[in-house]
Amino acid sequence: MSIATSTRHHGVAWRDVAVLRALRTPKGALAGGWIILVVLAAVFAPLLTPYAYDLQSLKEAYQPPSAAHWLGTDEFGRDLLTRLLYGGRTSLSVSGIAIGVSVFVGMVLGAAAGYFGKRFDQMIMVAVDLTWSFPEILVALMLVAIIGPGITGTLVAIGVAYLAQFTRLTRAQIMAIKSETYVEAARSLGASHARVLTGHLLPNALAPVLVSGMLATGDAIILEATLGFFGLGAQPPTPSWGAMMSSGTALLFKAPWIIIFPGLAVAITVVAINIYGDALIRALDIRTRLRAA
Amino acid sequence: MAEPLLTTTGLTRRFTSGGGLLRRPRSMTAVRDVTLAIPRGSVTGVVGESGCGKSTLARLVLRLIEPSQGRVGFDGADLTALPAGELRRMRRRMQMVFQDPYSSLDPRYTIAEVLAEPFRVQGERVSRDAIDHLLSQVGLAAPMAAAYPHQLSGGQRQRVGVARALALKPDFVVLDEPTASLDVSIQAQIVALLERLKSELGLTYMFISHDLGLVRYFCDRILVMYLGAVVEELPSTEAAPRHPYTRALLDSTFSPDPALRRRLVALKGEIPSPFDLPRGCAFAGRCPHATAHCRDQRPELAGEAGGHRVACFHPL
Amino acid sequence: MTALLTVADMQVTIGPVTPLDGIGFTLDRGEILGLVGESGSGKSLTAMAIMGLLPLSGGRVSAGSIRFDGTELTSLGEDAYRQLRGKRIAFISQNPMTALDPLQTIGAQVDVIGTLHFGKSRAEARRRTLEVLTQLRIPEAAAICASYPHQLSGGMKQRIVIAMALAGEPDLIIADEPTTALDVTVQAQIIHLLAELVRERGMALLLITHDMGVVAQCCDRVAVLYAGRLAEAAAIDPLFAAPAHPYTQALIACIPRDDTRKGTLAGIPGTVPAVSAYPPGCRYHPRCPQAQDICRTTVPDSRPRPSGVVACHFPGPTNG
Repeated sequence: MSIATSTRHHGVAWRDVAVLRALRTPKGALAGGWIILVVLAAVFAPLLTPYAYDLQSLKEAYQPPSAAHWLGTDEFGRDLLTRLLYGGRTSLSVSGIAIGVSVFVGMVLGAAAGYFGKRFDQMIMVAVDLTWSFPEILVALMLVAIIGPGITGTLVAIGVAYLAQFTRLTRAQIMAIKSETYVEAARSLGASHARVLTGHLLPNALAPVLVSGMLATGDAIILEATLGFFGLGAQPPTPSWGAMMSSGTALLFKAPWIIIFPGLAVAITVVAINIYGDALIRALDIRTRLRAA
Repeated sequence: MAEPLLTTTGLTRRFTSGGGLLRRPRSMTAVRDVTLAIPRGSVTGVVGESGCGKSTLARLVLRLIEPSQGRVGFDGADLTALPAGELRRMRRRMQMVFQDPYSSLDPRYTIAEVLAEPFRVQGERVSRDAIDHLLSQVGLAAPMAAAYPHQLSGGQRQRVGVARALALKPDFVVLDEPTASLDVSIQAQIVALLERLKSELGLTYMFISHDLGLVRYFCDRILVMYLGAVVEELPSTEAAPRHPYTRALLDSTFSPDPALRRRLVALKGEIPSPFDLPRGCAFAGRCPHATAHCRDQRPELAGEAGGHRVACFHPL
Repeated sequence: MTALLTVADMQVTIGPVTPLDGIGFTLDRGEILGLVGESGSGKSLTAMAIMGLLPLSGGRVSAGSIRFDGTELTSLGEDAYRQLRGKRIAFISQNPMTALDPLQTIGAQVDVIGTLHFGKSRAEARRRTLEVLTQLRIPEAAAICASYPHQLSGGMKQRIVIAMALAGEPDLIIADEPTTALDVTVQAQIIHLLAELVRERGMALLLITHDMGVVAQCCDRVAVLYAGRLAEAAAIDPLFAAPAHPYTQALIACIPRDDTRKGTLAGIPGTVPAVSAYPPGCRYHPRCPQAQDICRTTVPDSRPRPSGVVACHFPGPTNG
């Protein structure tokens, strides 16, 4: 998720640099490096491994890490590294897309609620607060129960689970910026609501919302893995980190690598996203604005 | 006498605040029954302290907020009845310079973009020349166009605010305490700039301020507001104040002359909350001349000879 | 007899820059000294130097002296300084809204001065607090003590801040633009109150402001700073009658008087230079209408005047 794209038409704004500036601290660089690595590995998975993710070979089952299978094989003899790479594709794309859509919808709802206020605001906020009052996992489980297990269900579940967060944050930002004099100045020039929203309010509200979206992606990876773990996410043979860990639980002592490597992938990636997100918050200097929500 | 450029009749604005499940909303009248006329080419000063409704009045006459009652007439048109499209076209002719030059410029816009916005809003193309011309009008160098607001000093920012207000060649400009947050040296610069622009461009100003000394220097006519209502209208800056509040404001103005040192504090107490106004004259609680009559009834703004109006039972 | 506070030839360095240089003035008991200049002229930094708070911004007094009641402050250790601050030297900040803790009652905040600096019991401290509030003509002092800052008006909050300053029975009060955030009628009240208290109790007040109107209203003497140097210092009447430095003249001319003709208010062109861009010679020369060649090259010395000093190559006449 890039914060740079949204501001490009404003020339070299300070935000453009912030995404890179967050990489300058050792922690930020390490975390950012890992995220880039994971994303690249997921994208180029087919080129990085000679195996197919669903190629079964029972006589090669339960092999520990070796030169042929760097991370070993699972109970069907499938190459674990291959499945981890393809699993990353599922986990990252499902979380990323779900959060991306959620951020977009949340910004639209939050901007409308914050800008127009009154009854419009009440309606949106009641609906949003309803989801806010349950833990994300419960909301997600309910939605998957309604839609049915699979990638579509997971996408909707994650998207809705985090919608309240983005709506609330955007609304708070818009309400704060709405009272800035430059917004009133634009109105005094005769600017329409649409112009005020797209020209002043949304661009100024963008950074905190996008950063919170980035941080939520980390949580979403865990949520996706959890749903996968319960067998509610991507269905076999499509690999996902959660489903891989699930199948590894029964074999914890017989073939521990089956659960350890996907577990590590989830943990390190989520931690990296959080560290990089923190670095980004510092680089953008928006700590107080995030807390204000 | 020529027709005034802007008139208001019985202009009133109430606000309600708070109110929830358990509390009843409280309401206050920010601007009460203001009737005034601003002649073309004049500078009309509106002076008062915090909570007197001067900023609300500024926004009402530009219809940036809607009145609860009353009308605003601008050059013969009823501004309060104008549909949105026509109002937008009318906005070209009436502009505003805001108090805080720090928050009145979008931090993400370059100065060129700030000055281009008026044209874009009105659906016009902007030329580089137009921006340069605006900058030179307010005494800023052309390379300033590429800067961001945070790179400018307070005085420079306020010049940009003035330039933005002039972009669409308005007839009428409301100046909402344009110098209140600036050093006195910069304040004097901005006032001098506004004076020059007025004579060059034939503008009509409404100048809002809490500084009666500055208003007396800059304006032709003065309206004094206290807690939402006009308590006195002075037809000229020489006119002697007749309302005790105007007198007190004048006595609170510090002249740079130790010989004019005040021996006595002009006023006791502070401005009461606009949410629970006394029944009678709003100023009665602080007024050295108040009588039982003042506390019981609200004096009307009554006309005297020469356009001097005062709302007081015991004018000085 | 020496003055309560004597600042002589003070120089302040922060890292590679020298924002203040050659600052000198005296202030005696029962006296109000106006420290005047635009933003960036070094007024607040001078106050910080006297308060010993420069280390907070990484600065130090690199030359000259600050003598307070016989003690040299520039060589004073932090512990000794802490004894002075709040007790013998009090500070009133520009913004009363941020000077008070929103979570504590007014009474508790003023009491602390008594318990902390004078080792009083809480009951004694509260008695003293009520006394001070009453002296400041705060009605219903007991009720005010029990309230929280957000329940008070701006003027009342500034009175409380002044009460906190007075509670320590200081010899010197430094007030940094104490009334800029207030309404004009309230500003007049506060200025008069401060002036009265100072004279009644024989305290000294260093009043920092950019407004020559406020100075004319209550000060006994004035020190005008420009870009980190002393431009002019004088007693109030001669200074206003015949300001010698062109900067002082310009500052006074910024405030319209009753007899100021329309269209004659000009302000001072340009702005105070940044510390890193101080010009050579007289630092005011780029903005000075009377600048000559010598002003661009040579720093003017402080010359004595009948009631003070001026640092200008071409000072105005002594009798205006």
